[in-house]
Amino acid sequence: MTQPASAPTVSTAGPSEPLLQVEDLRTHFETPRGIVRAVDGVSFTLARGKTLGVVGESGSGKTVLSRSIMGLLPKRGTIREGSVRFDGTEITELSPKEMRDFWGARMSMIFQDPMTSLNPVMKIGKQITESIRQHLDVDKKYANELGENLLRSVRIPEPEQRLKEYPHQLSGGMRQRVCIAVALACGPALLFADEPTTALDVTVQAQVLDLMATQQRERFMAIVLITHDLGVVAGRADEIAVMYAGRIVEKAPTSVLFSDMKMPYTEALLSSIPKIEHPSHTRLNTIPGRPPNLVTPPQGCKFAPRCTYVQPRCLEEDPPLMPGTQPGHEYRCWFPVGTPEGAEALARNRADQAVTGGAA
Amino acid sequence: MPAPPPDDIPIPGPEGQRDLDRYAEDSLDSGLAVAQTQLYVSAVEVGGEGRRRGKGLGLGAWLAIGWLTFIVAVSVLAQLGILPLKSPTESFSECARLGPFAKEGTAPGHLLGCDSNGRDMIARMAYGGWSSLVVATGAVLFGLVFGGILGLLAGFFGGKIDAVITSVFNVFLAIPAVVLALALVAFLQGAASSGSGGDNVDPKLLLILAIGIVSVPLLGRITRASALTWSQREFVLAARAQGAKPMRIMVREVLPNVVPAMMSIALLAIAIAIVAEGTLSILGVGVRPPTPSWGNIIGLDRGRIKESPHIVFLPAILIFFTVLSLNFLGDVVRAKLDVRESAV
Amino acid sequence: MLLLVTFFTFSLVRLLPGDPTETIIPFGTDQQRAQLSKDLGLDKPFLQQYVNYLGVPVLKSEGTSGLLQGELGRKYATNQPVSDLLNQSLPISLQLVIYAQFLALAIAIPLGVLAAYRSGTRTDRAINTTAFAFLAIPNFVLALVLSYFVGARLKWLPTAGYQPGWLDQFFDPDRGSMIFSGWEDNHIRYMILPVITLAVGQIAIYMRLLRSDMIATLQENFITMAKAKGVPNRRILFRHALRPSSLTLLTVAGLNIGTLIGGAIVVEVIFGIPGLGTQIAVAISAREYVELQSYILVLAFLFVMINFVVDFLYIVLDPRIRRARAAA
Repeated sequence: MTQPASAPTVSTAGPSEPLLQVEDLRTHFETPRGIVRAVDGVSFTLARGKTLGVVGESGSGKTVLSRSIMGLLPKRGTIREGSVRFDGTEITELSPKEMRDFWGARMSMIFQDPMTSLNPVMKIGKQITESIRQHLDVDKKYANELGENLLRSVRIPEPEQRLKEYPHQLSGGMRQRVCIAVALACGPALLFADEPTTALDVTVQAQVLDLMATQQRERFMAIVLITHDLGVVAGRADEIAVMYAGRIVEKAPTSVLFSDMKMPYTEALLSSIPKIEHPSHTRLNTIPGRPPNLVTPPQGCKFAPRCTYVQPRCLEEDPPLMPGTQPGHEYRCWFPVGTPEGAEALARNRADQAVTGGAA
Repeated sequence: MPAPPPDDIPIPGPEGQRDLDRYAEDSLDSGLAVAQTQLYVSAVEVGGEGRRRGKGLGLGAWLAIGWLTFIVAVSVLAQLGILPLKSPTESFSECARLGPFAKEGTAPGHLLGCDSNGRDMIARMAYGGWSSLVVATGAVLFGLVFGGILGLLAGFFGGKIDAVITSVFNVFLAIPAVVLALALVAFLQGAASSGSGGDNVDPKLLLILAIGIVSVPLLGRITRASALTWSQREFVLAARAQGAKPMRIMVREVLPNVVPAMMSIALLAIAIAIVAEGTLSILGVGVRPPTPSWGNIIGLDRGRIKESPHIVFLPAILIFFTVLSLNFLGDVVRAKLDVRESAV
Repeated sequence: MLLLVTFFTFSLVRLLPGDPTETIIPFGTDQQRAQLSKDLGLDKPFLQQYVNYLGVPVLKSEGTSGLLQGELGRKYATNQPVSDLLNQSLPISLQLVIYAQFLALAIAIPLGVLAAYRSGTRTDRAINTTAFAFLAIPNFVLALVLSYFVGARLKWLPTAGYQPGWLDQFFDPDRGSMIFSGWEDNHIRYMILPVITLAVGQIAIYMRLLRSDMIATLQENFITMAKAKGVPNRRILFRHALRPSSLTLLTVAGLNIGTLIGGAIVVEVIFGIPGLGTQIAVAISAREYVELQSYILVLAFLFVMINFVVDFLYIVLDPRIRRARAAA
């Protein structure tokens, strides 16, 4: 297989520096109802070729996080603070014009909905070659060849034919492959995949995820995989960050997270996934309530109102990120899962519930 | 995250009713002379931006209301003879064509000068306002009643009735509105002069009829579109399920919901009708002199614009501000109505 | 559709009280009138007259020719064929309307894109408010204002008259085009004020329309996607967003040609341009109903043709419609 285009990724940083370093990133929106703290102090690092899974419910700020890192949010009404270092460059201070050399070329993005993320009135070939011609100094013919190779590498049959077609002529899975091809066109070092499989059929989901994994290996590309589904990131991410109300509430290497989760929210997310070993018609666990209002978030732990472990302290004091027992594990909780404090808190709540339940 | 939209994105097809209806709503404005299209769409959008929501009427709207009140009051009072105005038809030959700022010999008492026949401009504009307003409101009422009935029938019953009414509308819409209005005035004049043996028929009535007929398909399409959507609402189905008679459902359930949309369009329509009257006057078939109207004051003396521009520009200014006020109010009213509709 | 229009106008003219022969020979004797009436086929039953007017083969009376034979009738007063008059006046109005439409779109599209791109800012509000004010200026007022200030006071441009242009030459090669002649009697020079007058209202309409559609399009995912690809803003606006946003604009621009023709009547009368508008106004005041009927028919025909063109442009603009068509 011919190797598709690869951009000149000249690193200005030493090999020790991670590809992406996000520090205390805050993204607030000014709305008529008040300031929405969509991302509220997020920090993480991501090394080359690794995958970070970002997991959270709708409205937890994970999409805003990815767009904020890339600097894709509109300037007006948006307050962005904190630091994002990409490949040794502080990119929060760059103008949109300077960012254009990063967008598409060195970092790119796949969106949730392949139905709406391709321009309906532009041929697929044009949409792929557009960024190639924007970033690489190649002529039209060569760009077309690259585009064809890209389509072939994302396993689209008859690529030369597809280049001349419009998005509506393809199925959803095919369109998402095209989106991936577009994102990979210039050989980026970092790929944001924002719920890349949510809008797809279950059978297609795995194919698309596998395709991304293959491409990642071939290109030594880092991926930020954003999803609401812990199952999607389980086997694919090197590290997982769980987001809630604009913050990372737990972060750990994947195996650690699944074996030793500390945050009740993570536990709740996990138990809301159907498991194969459950008998059929088992009622799925749901997390009661809704994510908090990001304009006036509750005092104390943001998850407290919905938490089964909740204690008076949780409602008053906001837990900081605390290191776990294993390296790279961090979480925000006063009464972590799997600790004596946590077990005691849960037992106390169960007892209270039984009392109030009985009284009612 | 929101659910992905269905694969089939609604396509504005060639006969796409969506586009046509949307255009129908706008094409009211494509009425005579100036097309003021798209106010509907942008009004919705302005409402969506929440600019004019809830927060009272705003300064602009009050200015518009003030101006319209002033114009209506002056016209009505002048017509009733309450205002101390000069006669609009009496000539003061000594001050003919003199403007308000004429260096010499501005006859005392003619604050805004006189027209080419030496008639007082203030009086002519006040009485002219009456003619213009009567014609415009009358025409719009005519259009609302007949366009409303036809549109309601077409939208509510659909099927053959709809097909017939819509194709009649389309025939009218295929002829440019100004041309149609001109032809109708000519036709009606011919019919009136031979029918009743003379010019007994008030020319204002002819204008009302002509402009009214032109507005019927425009207003009718809007009503049709509105009636169509309301007819598919649950409460109408419920009424049907209870065995209510179709006419009763149409009048009791659908009509009250269609009326607000029509009323908000009415303000715009009046603005367009005022311009229409002006246009027809310029073309020589408007309100017949010596009775003044804003349009025919301009029409009569537009040839003398070089020597005495005030005769043309004074009524033009009146028309401009009146149309502006009506457009603006129409916009505000629609934004308000949209809020109410979406709150239901 | 066109058939309905012909029937409508035909009935209107026939229903008119009064005898057309009186207009043609006002001082003729009754016998002369009867003869003329027979010549014109006015003694036939209504439907037969209509069929003759259309010129339906087989059904029409012998020796007559109708619309299908290209016969548009004659002017009562001068017996001039209406088609000759059309030949002279139609190109003038068409040029006026075409120029106005292009000028309006050329100004409205960038403005609408700009207003959408900067929606909510001062630029947007300024553009919008100006457009709103322009919407309230009737054509005839603007025509008079321009002809007074630019024409009569500044004397920059003529306020009346006409010189033939490229389309006149196309319709009638004998009339030389005055596009490339000196400035004093150049075709363009005479067209500037009327075209501006006609275009201003359209600019406001088109701009507001494009702005609202464009704002919706700019919220789409594929726009963010294009941005994430590193596509420059200008290219995003004009290459990615403009085309999907322009369908409504296209519909309205197409249908508005009727409005423009209507507006052209007043403008032609005020600026003394011998176009179709002026002809219509003259025909009405002279009670030349057959002539008027033909003009209306031509306009309706144009309207229908434009709708076809708009349909076709839809297909060009939006490939999804192509599929819908193919499926249907």
